[in-house]
Amino acid sequence: MNFLSIFDVIGPNMIGPSSSHTAGAVSIALLARKMCPSTIKKVTFTLYGSFSKTYRGHGTDRALLGGILGFATEDARIRESFEWAEKYNVEYHFIIADDIPVNHPNTADINIECADGYTLWVRGESIGGGKVKIVSINHIDVEFTGEYSTMIVRQTDQPGVVAHIAQCLAHQDVNIAFMRLFREDKGATAFTVVESDEPIPDSILKEMKTNKHIREIMLIQI
Amino acid sequence: MDFITGQALLAMCSQHNLPISAVMKQREITQGILTDAEIDDKLNTALTIMKNSAHDPLHTPQKSMGGLIGGEAQKVSRHMQADQNITGTILSKAITYSMAVLEVNASMGLIVAAPTAGSSGVVPGVILALQEEKSLADDIMYAGLLNASALGYLLMRNASVSGAEAGCQAEVGAASAMAASAAVEMMGGSPEMCLHAASIALSNLLGLVCDPIAGLVEAPCQSRNAIGVANAITCAELALSGIVNPIPYDEMVDAMYRVGTSLPMELRETAMGGAAATPTGCKLGCNNCS
Repeated sequence: MNFLSIFDVIGPNMIGPSSSHTAGAVSIALLARKMCPSTIKKVTFTLYGSFSKTYRGHGTDRALLGGILGFATEDARIRESFEWAEKYNVEYHFIIADDIPVNHPNTADINIECADGYTLWVRGESIGGGKVKIVSINHIDVEFTGEYSTMIVRQTDQPGVVAHIAQCLAHQDVNIAFMRLFREDKGATAFTVVESDEPIPDSILKEMKTNKHIREIMLIQI
Repeated sequence: MDFITGQALLAMCSQHNLPISAVMKQREITQGILTDAEIDDKLNTALTIMKNSAHDPLHTPQKSMGGLIGGEAQKVSRHMQADQNITGTILSKAITYSMAVLEVNASMGLIVAAPTAGSSGVVPGVILALQEEKSLADDIMYAGLLNASALGYLLMRNASVSGAEAGCQAEVGAASAMAASAAVEMMGGSPEMCLHAASIALSNLLGLVCDPIAGLVEAPCQSRNAIGVANAITCAELALSGIVNPIPYDEMVDAMYRVGTSLPMELRETAMGGAAATPTGCKLGCNNCS
């Protein structure tokens, strides 16, 4: 069981009204933003389940957009995130998918288009008390929470890639808390997700990229 | 230094001759990642947010996002200022502050979830009213928050503080137990008295359902926070008078969880039962009809 801190009980400090429908929505979108290497130009959110039914009264739409703009759960600008999006020139759309079944009642998809043409699609679940999980990246099932420093590697599913990743981490003296491989089909695109208690230094990127099967690396620092 | 039951917590308090707040702080320092100074810093931030969210709506009322509440805290406060209140000053203030925090929460303002957003008015309501009426220093307030977090931690670990899982008794009930215990320590009561107060508080709200109208954290959530503070102050008074609960805290935590998980799903935050499913509740947007 994870350690429960004083501030898991007296906290989080958050913009209301709901830890799952507001704070959790901010966290999902903020993780998606951190996974993006360049400036976000356009974002489309798809809301499912309970998110799709009660998003207005819970400010779930403002919360998701606020997270994309880089606001944390306690940032008072979340209430005016539509206005901030105009200011930052971020185009946004919401799709309400209240009739499509999903695994978790509080689920949102985020489709991001960046100024340089980079695109990213992420599905997140708000699992209660403000805690969240990213469960899919570009339609490949993954699982991580953002509670640890996280490195997400997009790779071709070939022998030796995971060994290379582990070696790079060892060279940087990073202690792995969790490491998992997610793949679609044998030999196709796969994701390796590494979670660590300590920060994963940016300097790891250079050595990581020396393996030709590694396509992309995303670093999420806590 | 760690504990996973109320019984073990009491044993540690007795062994080291420390109040619950000090044991909880030592647990964080030895088992967690924060230092003593960092804990104080974070407590100070939490207390500041609590004070702001308890006071702001008294001069600047805010309409909620869903439109069901807004302005209630100012009404209760004015009623008290006009000497029309039928409760004493501590209870009137505690009610006012708890309603205020829920108003801030429902209008997308900044609050401290304690333990949840839907029950975020109870702990600040009780401790801030006590501070003002008993002229308590902020150090005593930190002790109150630490004490409340110890009781809340046990509820999170051994039961649940989620309305979707165990009803409002797990949110406002938990917050009320936390606040009752905090009030006892802040007024000089023993660790045993703290656990009796919390145990009575849980048993008083046992079975309370979660039935948010239109699925929103507005009504009846806001007034449930008011009853949460009234229950907490009552239970603290009982415990400080030397009254004990025949059922120990750990067993009440377990009972609360068993009652909660046996509640039908209509009464666990789905907006399909209770006040939410009344004809008027349905007109305001229940999940049965929409």
